[in-house]
Amino acid sequence: MDESRSPCSPFLEVIETDREGYLHLAMEMSETGGRLVSVWGFFSESLSLLFSSYFRGERLFTGRLSLSGKISDLPSITPFFPVASRMERSIRDLWGISFSGAQDHRRWLDHGLWERVPLTQKAQPETFGEGDYPFVRVEGMGVHEIPVGPVHAGMIEPGHFRFQVVGEKVLRMEERLGYSHRGIDGLSRNIPWNRGIKLAGRVSGDTTVGHALAYSLSIESAIGMEVPKRARFLRGLLLERERIANHLGDLGALANDAGLSFGLSQFLILKEDLLRQNKSVFGHRLLMDLISPGGVRKDPGPLPIAEMSGEASRILQEVEILEMIFEQHGGLQDRFFGTGTLPPETAQKMGLCGVVGRASGQPFDLRRLWKEPPFDETGFTQALETGGDVRARVAVRFFEVKESLRLVQEILLKLPSGDVFLEPPSGESGKEGIGLVEGWRGEILCWSRLEGGDIVAASHFHDPSWILWPALEMTIPGNLVADFPLINKSFNPSYSGHDL
Amino acid sequence: MHHILLRTLKTGIVTEKTPELPEEMKEISRKLLERGIGRFGRSLFIRHLDAGSCNGCEVEIGMLGSPCFMLEHLGFKFVASPRHADLLLVTGPVSLHMRQALLDTYEAMPSPKLVVSVGGCADDGGIFRGSYAIAGGVSEVVPVDLHIPGCPPEPLDLIRGLMTAAGV
Ligand code: SF4
Repeated sequence: MDESRSPCSPFLEVIETDREGYLHLAMEMSETGGRLVSVWGFFSESLSLLFSSYFRGERLFTGRLSLSGKISDLPSITPFFPVASRMERSIRDLWGISFSGAQDHRRWLDHGLWERVPLTQKAQPETFGEGDYPFVRVEGMGVHEIPVGPVHAGMIEPGHFRFQVVGEKVLRMEERLGYSHRGIDGLSRNIPWNRGIKLAGRVSGDTTVGHALAYSLSIESAIGMEVPKRARFLRGLLLERERIANHLGDLGALANDAGLSFGLSQFLILKEDLLRQNKSVFGHRLLMDLISPGGVRKDPGPLPIAEMSGEASRILQEVEILEMIFEQHGGLQDRFFGTGTLPPETAQKMGLCGVVGRASGQPFDLRRLWKEPPFDETGFTQALETGGDVRARVAVRFFEVKESLRLVQEILLKLPSGDVFLEPPSGESGKEGIGLVEGWRGEILCWSRLEGGDIVAASHFHDPSWILWPALEMTIPGNLVADFPLINKSFNPSYSGHDL
Repeated sequence: MHHILLRTLKTGIVTEKTPELPEEMKEISRKLLERGIGRFGRSLFIRHLDAGSCNGCEVEIGMLGSPCFMLEHLGFKFVASPRHADLLLVTGPVSLHMRQALLDTYEAMPSPKLVVSVGGCADDGGIFRGSYAIAGGVSEVVPVDLHIPGCPPEPLDLIRGLMTAAGV
């Protein structure tokens, strides 16, 4: 084992491998019920690293392949985990190193506008023009194509969808993403963690707490430091508040997409109440820049506990009423039921996690599996549905938003006193750490490598959307074109979190 | 059905008072009027465009749909087509990959094209400035009439900004 790793958590294991071992690990994981979380790499003059992380049982196994000398290619794990394809294509686009054994050689994050390979500054190998991304087409009588995006009709992020349809029915939908690519892997190199944390909080604005927490955990794990207990509880509180806000918004939007605008109005009133309280207690509506390596940046002081608990319990009551209205509304149930079904077998094969996974029978939730503070003291009940349709994803969200509203009250009740921040000691150059967080969409992973002092050599941010997007693609065929917005909303993958 | 009615009655009207414009914003508004734009009074159609934001700005723009703000009673309406839009509301540092889409959208709008940039990123690229993947702030790609600062700006900031641009 290399001394470069020092995970604090007993749930994280890093396995040093050679090329064969790297592939062997992938094979072993695919045969023993492991699922892929993320694939990422880091390459510099003196160092070449390729990682793949798998979740099996209750532990995260990370294969770490360190190569020296000039590398002509990298081993692809797509034969075992097809869902790794876009991650590997992105590594190739950003670093200019191809994967042997991969099936899909199309560019992914690269839209043909880069003159040089962005992270190495080497000359570009062959490039596709932007217009000719080779979508897979369906031939046949009456089949036609509908292109959508990157600019959409609603207030959403940019991305392109290509539908192959017959009549109203979709035969195939293919995504083209990368429009929000901001070069975050590049921006995260050789910066102090004070800056890195700002960046982490802006990988995907709706998940600012989740990504900032994963980043902080990765740094703390690399340094080998513990944060005070009060900080861990406050982090849990922030994480749950972010989950509540997003679930409330999604439930409203789902009702709206199914034609019940009443639902959107009601849920946006509740969400606005929550965001205002975020502002008055924590100083930011979306809770940005609060979590940092070492703990939490700002002690909100003696929290207005009674007031916050009261608000949570009031919102809980309102959510229960709205849930009853949703359930009794025939029109709504008609649109939700049997629409966009992702069967548990497919979900399992793709290794789905988070809300969408739990709606398709995949019982993963780090809050239950790891029971890290504050969830060890608050208890936690996990949602699980097996229907895999929009209805199931709505049901999981209702269940979770109610559980989180309970958790918020419980965390406030048990909030320990003490410090909320410890200045992180100087990091040792070459140390690496991984953080994994149950964000509101699903598992967020962050890897960081230290450069010494407070400088971080590189970080990689993995959003669960990397798995959600391909899963959405698998779900759409057989559904009506008009149901796409509803199904897309029920998955709600992040564009920016994926495009980086 | 009666549950929905009961709920609606119980909720009542939650829409809040329209915020006052501070003097300096009124001044900007007057300047825009002098330039011949901004005479939209109480009817302004908005096309929103995410040019590569982190989606934090979108969260707050989405909150404008809350009955607490009731954007439409001020005459603001979000539309799907740039051809129907008086105002282009742009968020995000302009990513290289969205640059062309931004230009095309701007091009498709009828004159006078009012452009409002939203959030620190849209101003100068914000935290993403300097990246190979960023074309720069919005004004480096299309002319911007008004910038609404913040990361992300809060709903009331957005409303004040829109009112200023529209000359309400
Ligand atoms: S201004 Fe802030 S919230 Fe808006 S896109 Fe930029 S980083 Fe995100």
